Amino acid sequence: MSQDSNSIPAIRADRLCLTFDSNDGPVHALKDVDLTIEKGDFVSFIGPSGCGKTTLLRVIADLEHPTGGAISVNGKTPEEARLAGAYGYVFQAPALLAWRTIERNIGLPLEIMGISRAEQAERVKRTLELVGLDGFGRKFPWQLSGGMQQRASIARALAFDAELLLMDEPFGALDEIVRDHLNEQLLQLWKKTGKTICFVTHSIPEAVYLSTRIVVMSPRPGRVTDIIESDLPAERPLDIRESKRFLEIAQRVRNGLREGHSYD
Amino acid sequence: MTGFQRTIATLGGLAAAAALVIAFIGSGEAGIALLAASLVLALAGMRHHFSLWPQARVDLVASLGGMALLLSRLDGDMPTASWPLLIACWLFGWLAVEKTMAARNLPKALSSVLSLAVPVFFGAWIIFAWEVLTIGLQIPTVLLPPPSMIAVRFAESTSILWADFQQTVIKAALSGYILGCGSAFMVAILIDRVPFLQRGLLPVGNFVSALPIVGIAPIMVMWFGFDWQSKAAVVVVMTFFPMLVNTVAGLQATQAMERDLLRTYASSYFQLLIKLRLPTAAPFIFNALKINSTLALIGAIVAEFFGTPIVGLGFRISTEVGRMNVDMVWAEIVVAALAGSLSYGLLSLLERQVTFWHPSNRRKTP
Ligand SMILES: Nc1ncnc2c1ncn2[C@@H]1O[C@H](COP(=O)(O)OP(=O)(O)O)[C@@H](O)[C@H]1O
Ligand SMILES: [Mg+2]
Repeated sequence: MSQDSNSIPAIRADRLCLTFDSNDGPVHALKDVDLTIEKGDFVSFIGPSGCGKTTLLRVIADLEHPTGGAISVNGKTPEEARLAGAYGYVFQAPALLAWRTIERNIGLPLEIMGISRAEQAERVKRTLELVGLDGFGRKFPWQLSGGMQQRASIARALAFDAELLLMDEPFGALDEIVRDHLNEQLLQLWKKTGKTICFVTHSIPEAVYLSTRIVVMSPRPGRVTDIIESDLPAERPLDIRESKRFLEIAQRVRNGLREGHSYD
Repeated sequence: MTGFQRTIATLGGLAAAAALVIAFIGSGEAGIALLAASLVLALAGMRHHFSLWPQARVDLVASLGGMALLLSRLDGDMPTASWPLLIACWLFGWLAVEKTMAARNLPKALSSVLSLAVPVFFGAWIIFAWEVLTIGLQIPTVLLPPPSMIAVRFAESTSILWADFQQTVIKAALSGYILGCGSAFMVAILIDRVPFLQRGLLPVGNFVSALPIVGIAPIMVMWFGFDWQSKAAVVVVMTFFPMLVNTVAGLQATQAMERDLLRTYASSYFQLLIKLRLPTAAPFIFNALKINSTLALIGAIVAEFFGTPIVGLGFRISTEVGRMNVDMVWAEIVVAALAGSLSYGLLSLLERQVTFWHPSNRRKTP
């Protein structure tokens, strides 16, 4: 990759607005969002529900069209980026197809992108190992636990090796123990692959534990109220969450969330 | 043994005891074999109170033995004791099935054999009771011929039945079914892309499916002639809209998240259709295929009442009824019933293969 393309931010939003028309009048899901995400960042989006986190991710993924402002993904429009397979998207639910085995679910994007069978098999095997699901490839989604299904959906987003990973509360429906485990694994994976990750959550510890930057958002209208840089070391065992620095950052996030609320 | 099973056993024993008493009072008329059978069944009922040989096969053997005896003495002048004995046989057969079904941890192979054997046994019992009642009570054959008479007629007329089967089931029903379901499937995929057609065509569809077949059939005969083509046309009309409506509904059954997922892969319309929407629609489509298999048969048979060459299930039924040849009518009904259940069964089997993943078909260990 050339020096030049490295300096292009993974995502750049400039006074981004999105207004939904609903029966009770317009809903300002996003209002004047300015944001730059560099390549290799792990960015968390945190905020109360309804503050536009999902909407922002969907705009980046070209699943929703902004009504104002500008946004670029890898220097391209979201549509160009989507057509180029620039990102993998992990939804709030696993969204695995019930009639396909885990293997074939993970291979689905590869199939659609027209990658050869041999290459498909090789990549599926690699990503299955990456998320710790080797041996489960021949199972059907409904034969696995919720945590395993969500890991399979992460494997699917990783399978085609996009530089950018968009994750919308991927662990929201899982219990605390499974969640801790998957957080650890996700962090490992990020370090191993050097991907850019946008991660939506409404858990403060999760956001602080995972991120290099935390984007705090607030609702009505949905906007960014604070961006917090985290200087936690790259090596983060789970018990870093009891450290003084961690708690300080968490406190800042909490304050940011509270300020956002005092608005209304 | 559950309380329910004990109740059946007691009732069965009582019925057999009643047969025994009646046989005694009737002095000689019943015969020694009937006396013995009643005694055996009465004892079989009593044994449950002493927990002797509780196995289901004892009840089964008792029941089958009684049935064999009744069959061997079947005529229009059966001793009164036969009737309580018939009830006792029925109750013991039921008890045997009850016990077997209630048994847990059956080996897998056995339980799958049983799932087939129970309906067969049940069907055999109905035929048996039908035979005994029609002959024993001397019911006029015009009202209801005994199964043995139907079977004889069936065996004697296989060539006619085969010709009728070919005419009505293969030529009319099957070709109409394939044409109706196939074209409805294509149209469903087309109108799925054009919302205007959906709004326009589906209400018309509901209207057409509400049209009575007795109205359509004569018109189709005028349009397409007397032979099977007009019957196939009736079948097309009858099967088209159930398939259309179900397929359209199935194509719309995908979840927004799954559609978004494929959108993030930049999938084309056809990829979306083949990899997501058609598999999601499969359970809906099979529903229509199953409903239509029955509709097609009804349509093809009834349509023949309105003009036909001198062959076909519907033609034969209407003419033989006129000649009071009720056994032939029943033989034709048997053909129709066999064809109907066979196609329905095959479709169900295929459905389970294709939509194994659907919550209603899931097995935890495939
Ligand atoms: N398709 C839509 N139509 C109308 N309003 C929507 C739509 N999607 C989201 N919204 C509204 O936009 C706001 C932001 O939603 P969302 O981005 O889902 O919030 P979050 O993910 O932070 O909980 C909410 O008020 C929500 O009701
Ligand atoms: Mg959300």
